[in-house]
Amino acid sequence: MLIALIAVAVGATIISGMVTVYREVPQQLGREFRAYGANLLIIPANEAATFDENKIQNVREVLSEHEIIGAAPFLYERLEINKQYILTGGTNFDELQKVSPYWQLEGNYPAAGEREVLIGAQLAKVFSPYEPSEIIGQEVTISAGEGTAMKKYVVSGIVSTGGKEEEFAFMNLDDLQQIVSKPNEISIAQFSVVAEGDSLKTIEEKISSGIAGIHPQLVQQIANSEFNVLSKLQVLVLLVTAIVLLLTLICVTTTMMAVVTERRKEIGLKKALGAANENIVREFLGEGCLLGAFGGLFGSSLGYLFAQSVSLQVFGRGIYFSVPIAILSIVLSIIVTGVASLIPVRIATAVDPAIVLRGE
Amino acid sequence: MALLELKNVSMVYNGKVRALDGINFSVEKGEWVAIMGPSGSGKTTLMNIIGCMDKATGGEVILDGIDLSDIGADKLTEIRREKIGMVFQQFHLVPYLTAVENIMVAQYYHGLPDLNDALTELKRVGLEDRANHLPSQLSGGEQQRVCIARALINYPVLILADEPTGNLDEANQNLVMKIFHELHAEGHTIITVTHSPDVGREAQRCIVLEHGRIKL
Ligand SMILES: Nc1ncnc2c1ncn2[C@@H]1O[C@H](COP(=O)(O)OP(=O)(O)OP(=O)(O)O)[C@@H](O)[C@H]1O
Ligand SMILES: [Mg+2]
Repeated sequence: MLIALIAVAVGATIISGMVTVYREVPQQLGREFRAYGANLLIIPANEAATFDENKIQNVREVLSEHEIIGAAPFLYERLEINKQYILTGGTNFDELQKVSPYWQLEGNYPAAGEREVLIGAQLAKVFSPYEPSEIIGQEVTISAGEGTAMKKYVVSGIVSTGGKEEEFAFMNLDDLQQIVSKPNEISIAQFSVVAEGDSLKTIEEKISSGIAGIHPQLVQQIANSEFNVLSKLQVLVLLVTAIVLLLTLICVTTTMMAVVTERRKEIGLKKALGAANENIVREFLGEGCLLGAFGGLFGSSLGYLFAQSVSLQVFGRGIYFSVPIAILSIVLSIIVTGVASLIPVRIATAVDPAIVLRGE
Repeated sequence: MALLELKNVSMVYNGKVRALDGINFSVEKGEWVAIMGPSGSGKTTLMNIIGCMDKATGGEVILDGIDLSDIGADKLTEIRREKIGMVFQQFHLVPYLTAVENIMVAQYYHGLPDLNDALTELKRVGLEDRANHLPSQLSGGEQQRVCIARALINYPVLILADEPTGNLDEANQNLVMKIFHELHAEGHTIITVTHSPDVGREAQRCIVLEHGRIKL
């Protein structure tokens, strides 16, 4: 009986643990995936070149149900840096780091309010062909173009991204807006949102129908691969859960059979005393369900701890105790032990009361 | 009309072992009958049939006006529950239940368990102070008295006892026989199976079996 209890408890542990992981992993992994960059882009609608940066706040409101990892605004303009025309991005570097944590930096990001500029790794080679990193700390002259005021900027660092950003320069958004006289204007905003395939689609629809002047675009590649990995993982978890349920079923059946065999005499006696088959069925099923309830209760608490430790170790992030999952695993345990008791109960009802008179 | 009537009853196990062969006898209400005979003569088989635990393969058994030969298993269980009180050689008490709980088990299947009724019945067999003891804490004679109390709890019309003293020493045997005498005096109908001529003599009447037939 104790073994069956343990079996049920272990089963319930794994089930509630797995279901918790199943529910939590998409969220957690979704969060992990955000390390690979933005998954939602906001661009100007109607072929306009720029849009008002305050629209970012409107988008944040539409996304209020979701966790926003970061939202980085960009204004791209061609500037003259050391007499060369360079595509320059103005951005908020705090948000940029959240949206694109994979950017590798030598030196520092430009500090807010300072006249500093960040140079792409390819660009650094153009400026300083032999020793690119020597450019850090040096002054460059920047202007909006022929005949405009020139300002001196200090190179704060060199960035490697593996993409075309390496040919660009970056500076604080305010600075760039001022230099090109485009206050509050941005050409694109990159959002990193914790959301899965389907809800991203809904978000896209809400934004395009709800906010005028901008157009949302999903970064399909990331959204799709995220979705694929997650659905494969979920199938795996379901499979493991099904197998564990089956094993629990077998273990409980075996134990209940042993219990019935052990109590053959007692069953015979009860029948001799006038117990009807319904009485015997009710007793054993009741015992089975009680076993399931206790095992489930015990297991679902253990399962929570299990899922908690998985979550902490793999994702470095805790999870909340879920009452529906606890109830689900208790109910499942009761169903499993109930089903597992069916064959043993049949054996019990088949016991011949006459055995009590024979000297067995 | 007799409380129990057997007409030409026979029992064949597995189509070949003829355990009972043409048994005829009847037991009146209030009678105490002993069934005797050597090992393998069919005593227990007979008790199983009278006690509604098994059905005879031939003949008629009429208990309290009901013909047991043509009713189903569920009905047989019901009659056993309502009319029979059984005492076993091996006592068959549930090991994890106390004396009084063992009596209440029988009440439970019959209807509603009632602690006071169960205690009254224990008192009748002189064990009121052992009510909360487990079978393992009771002597063989005490266990058998609990067993008798359990058999009596639902007011059966017929008490069946298969070798009730078979596992007891003489002192305990006398104690148990004394209880049977009291029950008989109160008007209970009793059938006891026994090997022992001493025990057999206590009954009003003796039926001796041999090779599944009644020896005259
Ligand atoms: N379930 C059974 N299946 C087959 N044969 C049986 C069965 N029960 C009893 N028998 C046979 O029926 C015969 C009578 O057995 P029964 O148990 O009635 O004898 P008994 O008089 O009670 O003997 P004892 O004094 O040893 O208890 C025996 O030959 C026995 O082997
Ligand atoms: Mg016998």
